[in-house]
Amino acid sequence: MKKSGAILLAILLLAIVGPWLSPNDYLTTNFDGILKPPGLSGAHLFGTDDLGRDLFVRTMLGIRVTLLVAVVASLVSLVIGVTYGAVAGYVGGRVDAVMMRFVDTLYALPFIFLVILLMVAFERNFLLIFVAIGAINWLDMARIVRGQTISLREREFVDAARLVGVSTAGIIFRHIAPNLLGIVVVYVTLTIPQAILVESFLSFLGLGIQEPQTSLGALVDAGVNQMEGASWTLLIPATLLALILLCFNFLGDALRDFFDARRAP
Amino acid sequence: MSLLEVTELSVRYGEETVVDDLSFSVNSGESVGIVGESGSGKSQTALALLGLLPRNANLSGSIRLDGNELAGKSDEELDRVRARRIAMVFQDPAQALNPYLRVGRQLRQILLQHRLASGKAADVRVIDMLQRVGLPDPVRQFRAFPHELSGGMRQRVMIASALIAEPDLLVADEPTTALDVTVQAQILDLLETLRDSTALLLITHDLAIVAGRCERLLIFDAGKLIESGATTAVFSSPQMPKTKQLLAAAARLDTGPIPAPVSGETLLDIERLTVSYGKAAAQRLQAVTDVSLSLRTAETLAIVGESGSGKSSLVRALLGLVPPQSGAVVYAGSQLAGSLQARLSGQRRDLQLVFQDPVAALNPQMRVQKIVAEPLQVHERGLSSAKRRERVAAMLAKAGLDKSFLDRYPHQLSGGQAQRVGIARALILGPRILICDEAVAALDGSTREQVLELLKNLQRESGLSIIFISHDLAVVRSMSHRVAVMYLGRLLEVADNASLFSTPRHPYTKALLDAVPVPDPRRALQAPPLGGEAPSMLSPPRGCVFHPRCAYAKARCSEQRPELREFAGVRVACHRADEISLNARY
Repeated sequence: MKKSGAILLAILLLAIVGPWLSPNDYLTTNFDGILKPPGLSGAHLFGTDDLGRDLFVRTMLGIRVTLLVAVVASLVSLVIGVTYGAVAGYVGGRVDAVMMRFVDTLYALPFIFLVILLMVAFERNFLLIFVAIGAINWLDMARIVRGQTISLREREFVDAARLVGVSTAGIIFRHIAPNLLGIVVVYVTLTIPQAILVESFLSFLGLGIQEPQTSLGALVDAGVNQMEGASWTLLIPATLLALILLCFNFLGDALRDFFDARRAP
Repeated sequence: MSLLEVTELSVRYGEETVVDDLSFSVNSGESVGIVGESGSGKSQTALALLGLLPRNANLSGSIRLDGNELAGKSDEELDRVRARRIAMVFQDPAQALNPYLRVGRQLRQILLQHRLASGKAADVRVIDMLQRVGLPDPVRQFRAFPHELSGGMRQRVMIASALIAEPDLLVADEPTTALDVTVQAQILDLLETLRDSTALLLITHDLAIVAGRCERLLIFDAGKLIESGATTAVFSSPQMPKTKQLLAAAARLDTGPIPAPVSGETLLDIERLTVSYGKAAAQRLQAVTDVSLSLRTAETLAIVGESGSGKSSLVRALLGLVPPQSGAVVYAGSQLAGSLQARLSGQRRDLQLVFQDPVAALNPQMRVQKIVAEPLQVHERGLSSAKRRERVAAMLAKAGLDKSFLDRYPHQLSGGQAQRVGIARALILGPRILICDEAVAALDGSTREQVLELLKNLQRESGLSIIFISHDLAVVRSMSHRVAVMYLGRLLEVADNASLFSTPRHPYTKALLDAVPVPDPRRALQAPPLGGEAPSMLSPPRGCVFHPRCAYAKARCSEQRPELREFAGVRVACHRADEISLNARY
C-alpha cells in the first residue's frame, strides 16, 4: 500500500509541479522541431509530437485531466450509488422494486447516444464528461451495494439497533454503510481505471477532451498514429497510464484491509 | 495390541500449539470419550487421526492403527484407510453431506471406492444400511437430496455413511450438538446399538453424554490430556480441578436449588397471540398459534421447546420485530402496537433483547464503547459525551467488564465477553423486561454459569423481569420461576418450576425431561423417550399437535384439539391430563 500510494503521490506531484518547471507550454507548436526524440540534453525531456509541441508538459497535463476525470466520476458514482443501493436494499419491498427497475431502465439506454445527445444539446465541457461517466458507473455500484445491504439487513446487530430505537437513517449510516466500506473501496478502485478508459474512448471519438487540451487517453490515441516512426509518443503516456492503473489496483487491495476493523491490531 | 496407538502427538499452527504431546490408545471394540471445552484441542485431535488437518497445520508424533503408521502419509494412502478403517461423524451433517448428490449415491461411492460391492448389490447394501439407521421409507430416501431431510435424519445418513464400510474405529465429533434433545437421545442410542465391534471415539463438551456410554474417558484442557481413566472412576473421584469444574458444569435436573415462585403484579400480558408468515393462505406458516402468557414483575419466565416450536417467533412478535396476525400484547396496562415503529419510545426502552449468537449481534465495525452507548444516543440525547462514557463504563463494570474493553472491537472479545457486552447494551436504558433468546446456548460451561449468575444478580438488584428462551432444561431449572412448554407453535403446559420438573402434566414435557442425559455413569441408560421428529409447521397434525408421537394418545386426541386448561395448579393442554400420572425419571 505504501509503495503504490507513494508512486501515485509522486506522479500527482509531478503532474502539478512539472509544467511550471519546464520552459515550454502545452500549446505552442514548432514546425521546425516535430517528432524530436526524448533526451536529457535537449529542451524536451519527453520529446515532441507531430506538431512540435513539448510532450513532457502535455503528458503532465494529460495526467492531471485523466486523474481529475477519474476521481470525480468515481466520487459521483460512489455517492449516488451507495446511497441509492443502501436505501433500496434496506427499505426493500415495493420501494426496492421501483428503484431497481429504474436502474434496469437506465442500463438499457445506449450510453454513447446519450452522451452525443448531451453534447449536442449543451456546450461541450469538462462537467459533461464527469456526468456521463458518473451516470453509468453508479448503476453497477447501486446493484452491488443493494445486494450487500440485503444480506446485512438480516444480521442480528441490525435487529439490535432497531430494538434500541435507532432510526432508519441511523441504521443505514451507522450500521450498514461502515460494513459496506470494504467492498465499496474495492469497487471504486475498479471504477477509476474504468473511468479512465471510458474517458479516453470518448476523447478518441472526438466527444471527450478537445485539442489543444489533452488527457492520457488522448495522448495514447495520438501516439498510436506515430507508433512506427516515433515510438516514444505512444510508449511514454501508455507506460504512465499502465503504472497509474496498477497502482490503483494495489491501493484498492490495501485499502480494503485497512477499512476492515477485524484486521486492525 | 491396541487398535489405535497415539504417541506424543502435537499439532501446531505457527507458534501456537493446539494439541500438545498427546498419548493415548483405543482397544478394538472399546468406546472412549474425549471431553473438553471449546478450544481444548479435541476436534483438532479428531482431524489429525483422519489426516484432515488444514495445510498450514504442523503435525508431529505418531498415530498407529493396527501397528501401521498414519502420520505423514499421503492422501492416496490415507484414502485406503479412511471410511474403511477409520470413519468420522461430523457435528453438522448439513455441511458434511454433499448437497448436489442424492443420499444413495453418496453412500454407494464409499462401497465402490473400497471395492466392497458394485452394481445392484451396492444399492441393496445402501438401502439396508439406511434401514438400519432408522430412516423411514429407505427405498425412497435413497433418491433424496440432503436438503430434503431434517437435521436428525441427515445425522442418521451421516452415521450410515460412516458405518457402511464396517470400519474398525468410528470418530464422532460432537455428533448431537446441532440436534434437539429428543433427537439427541435417539442418535446416541443409534450409535450405541449399531456399532457392534467398531470402536468408538466420542468427542463432546458434555459429560452427561458420555456418562453411560463410554468405558473410558480422556479429559482435555488447552491442548493437553489432563486426566484419563474408567468413566466411573473419573466421575466418582476426579483428580484435576478442571475435571471437577467440567463435572460441576454438567448441569443436572435432580440437584441444586430451584427458585421459588414470585408473587408480584402482572407486568406483561400476552393474549391469544398468533404469528404467521407468508401471505397466501395455502402457504401460510403459522409459527405461533393462540398463545396466552403473563409475566410478573421480577419474575423469570422460561419458554422451552425444540427447534421449530415457535419460541423465537413469539419473542420477535413481543418485541415488535414481526407484527402478529392476531392477539394482543399488553404492557403495564396499555396495548403495544404490532410494529416497532408504532410503539412509544418509552415502551421500546422497556423491552430489550439479548441475542443467541453474541458476536453476530455486535456490529463488527464498532468499538464496544460505541455499541453500548448507542441506546443512550437515541433515548438520552442531552447527555454530554463524557457523561455518556461514564455511564457506559459503569454499565460494563456491572456486566463484569473493566475499562480496558471500551476500545475493543467485537472480534477481540471471547464469546462470554461479547455476551456481556450484549447484556450491557440491553440494560443500559434500564428496561423492565429483558428477553434472552438462547442467550447462553453458544457459551461454554463455566462461562455460561457466570453469565447466568450475572442475570440473576441484575434481577435481584433492579427487579428486572426476564423471559428466558432455551432448549436446555438444566439451565431453565436453575434460572426460572415459571416454565412454558411450546410445541409446533402452541403452548402445551405452563407451570411453576418446582411442579414442572417433579410432576410434569403433559406427556411432551415428560418426554423432554426424560431425554436430557444424566451425568451419572451408575444410572442405567434408558431408551429414547420419543421416536420420530416434530412434523412440519406447514401441515400440523389434526387434533392434538403432539398426538402422532404421544405414547398416551387415544382416538379423541387425533380428532379434537385440547384447550389449555387449569389442572392441579398448572395450565395444560391435554385431554388425558387427569387420567394419566406422569413422573419425571429423576
